[in-house]
Amino acid sequence: MLRLYGKIFKTGVITEKVRKPGRQGAEPDEFVQTGEQLRQIVDRRFRGSLAIRQVDAGSCNGCELEIHAINNAYYDVERFGVHFVASPRHADILMVTGPVSRHMEEALRRTWEATPEPKWVIAVGDCGACGGEFGVSYASCGAVSNVIPVDLAIPGCPPTPLALLQGLLTLCGRL
Amino acid sequence: MNPITGIDAYHAFGLKLAEAGLPLRSVDPSPLAPAKVLELAPTDWGKAAAVARAESWRWAGVWAEDCGPQLTVQACLEKQGCYVLLHTAVDSAHPVLPSHTHSYWAAERPERQLQDMFGLRFEDHPDPRRWARHQAWGDTEHPLRKDYPVAGTRSGPTPPDKDYAFLRAHGPSVYEIPVGPVHAGIIEPGHFRFLAVGETVLHLEERLGYVHKGIEKIAEGRDPQGLARLAGRVSGDSTVGHAWAACMAMERAARIEIPARAASLRAIFAERERVINHLWDLAARCNDVGFAFGYYQFGRLREQWLRENREWFGHRLLMDRIVPGGVATDLASEAAAKMGKTIVRLRRELDELLTILDANSSLEDRFLGAGVLSAELAAALGALGFVGRSSGQSFDVRRDAPYAPYDRLEVRVPVETQGDVSSRFWVRYKELRAALRLLESLLVNLPAGEIAATWGEPPADAQGFAAVEGWRGEILAFVRFATDNRIARYWPRDPSTVNWPALEKLVLGNIVPDFPVCNKSVNGSYSGHDL
Ligand code: SF4
Repeated sequence: MLRLYGKIFKTGVITEKVRKPGRQGAEPDEFVQTGEQLRQIVDRRFRGSLAIRQVDAGSCNGCELEIHAINNAYYDVERFGVHFVASPRHADILMVTGPVSRHMEEALRRTWEATPEPKWVIAVGDCGACGGEFGVSYASCGAVSNVIPVDLAIPGCPPTPLALLQGLLTLCGRL
Repeated sequence: MNPITGIDAYHAFGLKLAEAGLPLRSVDPSPLAPAKVLELAPTDWGKAAAVARAESWRWAGVWAEDCGPQLTVQACLEKQGCYVLLHTAVDSAHPVLPSHTHSYWAAERPERQLQDMFGLRFEDHPDPRRWARHQAWGDTEHPLRKDYPVAGTRSGPTPPDKDYAFLRAHGPSVYEIPVGPVHAGIIEPGHFRFLAVGETVLHLEERLGYVHKGIEKIAEGRDPQGLARLAGRVSGDSTVGHAWAACMAMERAARIEIPARAASLRAIFAERERVINHLWDLAARCNDVGFAFGYYQFGRLREQWLRENREWFGHRLLMDRIVPGGVATDLASEAAAKMGKTIVRLRRELDELLTILDANSSLEDRFLGAGVLSAELAAALGALGFVGRSSGQSFDVRRDAPYAPYDRLEVRVPVETQGDVSSRFWVRYKELRAALRLLESLLVNLPAGEIAATWGEPPADAQGFAAVEGWRGEILAFVRFATDNRIARYWPRDPSTVNWPALEKLVLGNIVPDFPVCNKSVNGSYSGHDL
């Protein structure tokens, strides 16, 4: 047990702090600044808590890896009041990845219907934004907006954690 | 392993087939070298599998091709690093074959997949239900037939798939738990149907195919670059593995030798992919059992490696770094020096974490004895990667059927026999350590020179077959070219396709709340399976 605590103290807090821009690697700094702006909006508009339900509607799973990453110790998106929930009934925002496979089409629609108003939809990744590498076919509906209304698309294959956070900020800034 | 043994096994197999009275033709020289091709009559298809089973060949996959009047079918077998492809052809209008399922459990779903995609019927198949098909196309339509339009035939919304006949149980205390396709986390979609008594799992049935997005169909007509991009998205977490397999198959078809430096860089990418995914899964396993410390520590190390990927190679997951003929990104010498240092640092961190994990009995309490896959079941299924290796199956393409640059490296393959969640955790830990060693020797012996060969258009009909060891295990790819450098057929086989059925067995007798940790200790790719 002592070793465990030792490791925790030695590791320290690695979650990237607010720094003056340009002092270290650009991305982490930007991430924090974007996050701080986001928190102000989340505090004001969502009483400090923004709930996201992630839906993989046909992705290659690459986008999921980066969505997971915004929860890791470096990015720790929860500190800005953003958290991922298990049920669409608890969600403010649906974050949808992938070209929507035809086999997920109805499940996505039902997930959207189960999300209470007011609700917003973010299409994540090139696939979610426009169909990406998979496009529209007998098996794929392509872009998320071909199936449910989309408020914002975050392109990238997959989008980086910073791009994901900036996307959230852009959407919330509009509200 | 000694290549002679594989060839011996192949000759012995040929003799046994002849003894069983199966006329066959060994196609010489093999169009899919180094794999061997054996042509059989369709009527002998099932018997050949029985002989293969008796001779302990592993069944690795099956694919078909629409060649106009005929459907050709190839099944892949492997023993001691030797790959043999059984080849047959049936009439396109009435395609019927005996099933391999009676000899090989692993053939059960892939044959149902062929039934859906090609209309190929396996006459004595024990389970005639559809598999790949939900409701996106009709039961008389077969998307991988050449005359089926890539856009499909359905207009309007796709109805839900509600009448799939799951196994039912009757009795006062048995109840069903349906889970998915949308799961309660940041995870891919699929459906699990449990039959439980109290908390104990009596039966589990998987229903996959939700993320089927027509990869094999939309591969047709692409150029080599386009196919490499698509292959890199068969399963995003294995982008390096699939891109490598597809490129190797295309390069074999086009008879292109990639430069030695390109081969080493590919291996560096592949080992980094292995390290990053194993770190992530060690983190996630800790999280599954509520050990937040492990989750944050392994997750922290993983993020460091992702950032290095971005800095040195331009992409966190290394997508599109492998291209036909070689690689798209070189490794600068300063970056190589830095990589050497981060490997040392990671090893030190792992040492420290290992001591802490070892002393943490609550972790082992949840892992030990949970989700046991016996060595017999793993062998019967041909379980791959860390799932197989945790249950006594040591096969590793890098060691047993080596390809450049692994043919000049010593690949250590850790094996355990307990077959539980704990074994799968520790095998991954050990594989991670082995990958660090490999990375070090790759860096030390990195050849100078070009990073890509010039692409030369392959002749029409040229075909290639490749096997590489992805971080989940053996990845297979078959490619056939049409004319003009265009793809006529692409068949990728992710190791998840083989391993998914193992989950149905290893979860039996466990309690329902242990399902997440059992499931993720196998960590199948839904996308890689569904295609
Ligand atoms: S955008 Fe890229 S990473 Fe995301 S699902 Fe599509 S192919 Fe995968």
